[in-house]
Amino acid sequence: MIALILEERCTGCDACVLACPSHVLDFAASGDGPPRIARLDQCQTCYLCELYCPVDAIYVAPDQRAAETVDPDAVRASGHLGRLRRDQGWNVAEDAAPLEVYWRLGPLLGQGAEIAADRYSADHPEWERPPSPFPRPGR
Amino acid sequence: MTIERPALTVETDVLVIGGGMAAAWAAIGAAQAGAEVALVDKGFLGTSGVTATGGPNHWWVPPDPAERAAAVERRHASSLGLAERSWMHAILETTWRNLPRLEGYYPFAADGSGRTYYSGVRGPEYMRALRRYAEDLGVRILDHHPALELLLHQDGSVAGAAGYARLDRRDWSARAGAVVLATGGCAFRSGLLGSYNNTGDGHLMAAEAGAELSGMEFSVSYSLSPVWASTRTLPYTAARFYDADGAPLDIPPPGAGAAHLQGLARALEAGPVYADLEDAPEALRPILRRIQPATPPPFERRGLDLFKDRFQVALFGEGTIRGVGGLRIAGEACETTVTGLYAAGDTATRELVTGAISGGGSLNSAWALTSGLIAGEAAAGRTARDGRRADGAAHPAGRAGLRPAKSARSVDGRAAITLAGTQILEPTKALWRKAATLDASRLLLGDLWREIADHAGGEAGLPAIAAREAVAVTAMARWCTAAALARAESRGIHQRADAPATDPTLAKRLLVGGLDTVWTRFEAFASAEAAA
Repeated sequence: MIALILEERCTGCDACVLACPSHVLDFAASGDGPPRIARLDQCQTCYLCELYCPVDAIYVAPDQRAAETVDPDAVRASGHLGRLRRDQGWNVAEDAAPLEVYWRLGPLLGQGAEIAADRYSADHPEWERPPSPFPRPGR
Repeated sequence: MTIERPALTVETDVLVIGGGMAAAWAAIGAAQAGAEVALVDKGFLGTSGVTATGGPNHWWVPPDPAERAAAVERRHASSLGLAERSWMHAILETTWRNLPRLEGYYPFAADGSGRTYYSGVRGPEYMRALRRYAEDLGVRILDHHPALELLLHQDGSVAGAAGYARLDRRDWSARAGAVVLATGGCAFRSGLLGSYNNTGDGHLMAAEAGAELSGMEFSVSYSLSPVWASTRTLPYTAARFYDADGAPLDIPPPGAGAAHLQGLARALEAGPVYADLEDAPEALRPILRRIQPATPPPFERRGLDLFKDRFQVALFGEGTIRGVGGLRIAGEACETTVTGLYAAGDTATRELVTGAISGGGSLNSAWALTSGLIAGEAAAGRTARDGRRADGAAHPAGRAGLRPAKSARSVDGRAAITLAGTQILEPTKALWRKAATLDASRLLLGDLWREIADHAGGEAGLPAIAAREAVAVTAMARWCTAAALARAESRGIHQRADAPATDPTLAKRLLVGGLDTVWTRFEAFASAEAAA
């Protein structure tokens, strides 16, 4: 669940308030400053607020079942801030080809499933192996 | 203290309700047909729904007649008599023609063999592209405007919808010549990534207007994730599983389908289950975060190396999202059985293209794109023909959660959702359905419905949204349960432990509907093609 909006980074642009699909955030009460985390129980831990934050001011803690208390200094020092947005290639200035390996998703899903099927076959020679439901590697 | 503002009123040709890929394509289809379009969503068009957090692959076969026919035959055989070849061809063709039109909006890259990779797209970029495309076509997008109910003309046809704008803190109402429902499927608040908003709101609104549903028994599907966070499943397909003592568990592989889920469900019933990804493809490790940037953070932020450290797992229910059922499609224009009301994506039944098995992944995406475009265009055509009819009177159709049948009093919506959801999501109930347990669920859900229909609601604003979500989830659970009881056989993802055989006389669709009284009936005749 969302755990922090770092005041020194936040510009009060409210992009996260709009982007949050489940209405966790409210505009700042005073009309300027960081948004308020108003309905944490509605947070689905989708990280999309981090992705939509242009200044990497948001930290989502990893447990979707319960709120977590985090130390802001530890988060600042962790390297996690903005990592997701850079991996996603939304920091356009430094990433011209964010999806160059994306085509490998299907083949890698299939490869993993085949590894599991090979292993199960070896343990259960009688098992009737169905055709892979995933795209085959190399296709 | 919140200051409520005067209500927003909208008049338009076509109103689209929803904010995922089907809603976006519906808005695009209607706008391209020349209609003025407004789109209202509970969340934000771009982040709402399961596509935004996902990475949909679309069913993708080049327009070579032999290749298309072979692909359709292969998939049709696994539909167990409930899909229609004409619809399957339609989604292949429409997807093939339209997905590449996002060029310039979506950063398509190469497919590893020098061609452009169109069929698989990443969620946040796909939804961002669809939003920009819709904006450029002049669609009026109203984010954070959840719909609470439909408005109806005297003759029962759809006149518009009404709801509450939750950031603006004001009511809204919209009049339109036609309405497209694309509010997604329902995962019963299982915690499935991206599904928080998917509470069956559109199904409820449609049913209040008299719409029928179909295929609701095909509502059993799960995905594996760490117990603390639902994620995409790419890294887990090669997982080994262990119990709490570190003893290996003998779980059939993902390719085994139901046996894989049943193996995991049995193990989870016995105690905690841990996954070990030591066998994951080597090639995946360095590029996982470039493919699915949101998959590593749930591990890294707990100080775990997902490829080295064992971690506890859970099954997250996917309900009618990766399941099949939804609003019955009454014709080729994606119309529901209510005049002026159309359905697209996971809000509609996907039996037409996938039959009794999950269309998870590529068929569901191709269906969402196609049904969105078809419904949007048909809605535009209807308004062009009959006008907006915005002058006449219209009455609100919402009942439970808005206008209690008896005295209004506080009803715990969250508890209702948990109780209703458990009836559908509990893996040992769902993967081994039996008349006795289904009937117990039916009775429990009937009592729950009575309680919320009689007493929930009567409050405006945010509490009304929450109440309606509880009502919708309860209604969805009742339809799924009634259908699962009525189909006394096993077929596709509907597996009855007390009727394990497939009954050839039941190769037909099962309709369900009703609110205070839930009814079921098999379609008098399967489609001519399905029967052939």
